[in-house]
Amino acid sequence: MSVSEQIVMAHGSGSTMMRELIDEYFLSVYGSAELAQGNDSACLKLATPTTELAFTTDSYVVTPLFFAGGDIGRLAVSGTVNDLATSGATPLYLSLAFIMEEGLPLSELRLICQSIAQTAAEAQVSIVTGDTKVVPRGKGDKVYINTAGIGVFLSQRPLSGANCQPGDKILLSGTLGDHGITIVSARENLNFSTNIVSDVAPLNHLVAKVLQAAPATRCFRDPTRGGLAATINELAAQSATSMTIEESLVPVNPAVQGAAEMLGYDIYQIANEGKMVAIVPAEQATAALAAMRTDEHGKNAAIIGEVSGPPASGLPAAWVRTPFGSTRVLDMLVGEQLPRIC
Amino acid sequence: MSDLSTDTLLPDSTRKPLQLDGYRELQLPDSTRKPQQQDGYRELQQPDSTRNTQQIDGYRDPQLVARLLQRIEQLTERIKASQATKLPAVQPATHPSTLRLMEVCGTHTMAIARYGLRSLLPPEIKLLSGPGCPVCVTANSDIDRIIALTRIDRLTVAIFGDMLRVPGSSTSLAERRAAGASVEVVYSPLDALQFAKEHPEQQVVFIAVGFETTAPIIAQTLLRAAEQRLANFSLLSALKQVPPALAALLQDPRLALDGLILPGHVSTILGLQAYQFIATDYQMPAVVTGFEPVDILAGITALLEQVNAKQEGQVVAIGNAYHRAVRENGNPEAQSSIQQVFASQDSVWRGLGLIPQSGLALRPEYRDYDAEQRFQLDVEPTVEPRGCRCGDVLRGIITPPECPHFGISCTPSQPLGACMVSSEGSCAAYYRYGIQFA
Repeated sequence: MSVSEQIVMAHGSGSTMMRELIDEYFLSVYGSAELAQGNDSACLKLATPTTELAFTTDSYVVTPLFFAGGDIGRLAVSGTVNDLATSGATPLYLSLAFIMEEGLPLSELRLICQSIAQTAAEAQVSIVTGDTKVVPRGKGDKVYINTAGIGVFLSQRPLSGANCQPGDKILLSGTLGDHGITIVSARENLNFSTNIVSDVAPLNHLVAKVLQAAPATRCFRDPTRGGLAATINELAAQSATSMTIEESLVPVNPAVQGAAEMLGYDIYQIANEGKMVAIVPAEQATAALAAMRTDEHGKNAAIIGEVSGPPASGLPAAWVRTPFGSTRVLDMLVGEQLPRIC
Repeated sequence: MSDLSTDTLLPDSTRKPLQLDGYRELQLPDSTRKPQQQDGYRELQQPDSTRNTQQIDGYRDPQLVARLLQRIEQLTERIKASQATKLPAVQPATHPSTLRLMEVCGTHTMAIARYGLRSLLPPEIKLLSGPGCPVCVTANSDIDRIIALTRIDRLTVAIFGDMLRVPGSSTSLAERRAAGASVEVVYSPLDALQFAKEHPEQQVVFIAVGFETTAPIIAQTLLRAAEQRLANFSLLSALKQVPPALAALLQDPRLALDGLILPGHVSTILGLQAYQFIATDYQMPAVVTGFEPVDILAGITALLEQVNAKQEGQVVAIGNAYHRAVRENGNPEAQSSIQQVFASQDSVWRGLGLIPQSGLALRPEYRDYDAEQRFQLDVEPTVEPRGCRCGDVLRGIITPPECPHFGISCTPSQPLGACMVSSEGSCAAYYRYGIQFA
């Protein structure tokens, strides 16, 4: 690979090479009016008078950069959009910072930038500011991306996990585990002879649809790292309630289930990147479910469980009811996710 | 007896009386639903349809589970009634009111916990976990030997992930890795071989931990390394054999077992033949079964049938409730792989101590690939974790919550002993699925 086909240190040096890179790879691909102004900070207009903003940030370091169903660029946009959406905010603006390792093929950078542009268009957000750094070979892992995002509350008060009430229903927007299993099988060259595909997607439109149909929705949470188990445990703790998942109602792709069992992973602990959990008062749960299912990322949505009163002293707050009528604790991941031995 | 026969469970089975080994029908829930596929309970090949987990497989059919539970309840009543009228000599010596069944295999322990089966069984049935978690039974001295390897320059330890966090005498592999030691988690010994090929400058030692299930593939890996004359690959064996450990357990008078649930995976390799001594020497009811809820409950049903038959003076025979995977002779090819590469040797088990001829060591002709021959190991003196009762848990003397450290000074994030670390450890299973609360 010639120098002209890969990232070199000069791309981060403030030189003309850096300028050209920014123009050709970033501005022309996902540039917004704010970005094109070329100032050190973007000046943002808010369409409605608002006193509250949602603001979030996340960094993306996934290996491999490209996987079935997505890539690091789509992940970087979706993750931050989804974090904004969970609070009920409408995501508007994103920042996007690259830390690239010397030697990153420019062809890969181009694909990532195209994916960023496409995902931002899908989510209807603008990328308004950015940064580019290059680190010497061996000091990074091809490319890391940080995104931060700003959202506004249009007709909606900010949502909080503390709002969950006994009697509320727990909704899940689709199948569990697809992203985590896709990544682990790509990373470990497991070559499952199936089409397991990451679910990575921006879910702000899905959230908006649910809020319109079920305005009393208590909160949303995206079950990313730590999976559904972490999400349910966090929500139960935040709202001082207990929550029970009905195992038979949880949608799972059988191929993902099979792969997870083979690897010894708990489907509830596997990361998702295109799924949303919603806690909805019982009387609006059916409407919320119907709204979710109208969204392309919510076709397999289901009501998977229920919120109940605070757990008795010393008892765990998150439970799973098996199809056989027994219950067990919905346990959070301890340490790394590791393959089983036999 | 007719009210208890298998045919009441399945509408379309041929009407015949139940035999102790007659669970073939029960193992084919598909026969009541749809045509059986060759290995039709995973459906890994059908990814398009999104369905609920319960439907993935007929061996998780809630209706079949309910019917098996009913059977188990009836049998338990029957055994109790029989106990009340029989001579004391045929009753279990120390626990007359309970039926003490041991699941030997860690995967069974985890499945029983995951499906919450314990809470569905009659209160008289007490399920005890045995020494069937390979990580858990690996002795501290063996962990220390592995840790000694990580102190050698330009040496990579390739190991199954479960072993990473097991505490040795002073440290764990995870801590050694954080301190800069080269520890590679692999999914298969073949991955370790591949790693060795790709890193000719490194010595790569694969840590062989496991039972007869993992031994054949490890043997095959070693044969491949020898064939390719791979000079930077070697093996440290802490492999163990299940039948000698079962014999050691059965000789322990404190256990007072009523029956053994025998491991499924190990039995696919060894076959039923490996367990004959359990029936002939110990007259202990024992059934091999698989890992789905229907498998496990069918296994328990068959076991209770045996307990009942034994009460009535019949001779017990090893039962098979896992016909779709386990044969009388097992897998002869896998057995001969093991025998080609390994020879039995004495082995120390955590909790059970030294069990004669229960380990597997490389045969002299493969000594060149023995890491202990290749490297001078500076092993620290073994210190057993203070107050840890893993040993009693592994022998079924106590259940995990009966250990004073359980959930207090020993948790998955701060484990005192191996049983809390491994994904198949019984303490981890109890803690993770909250069995003490159920």
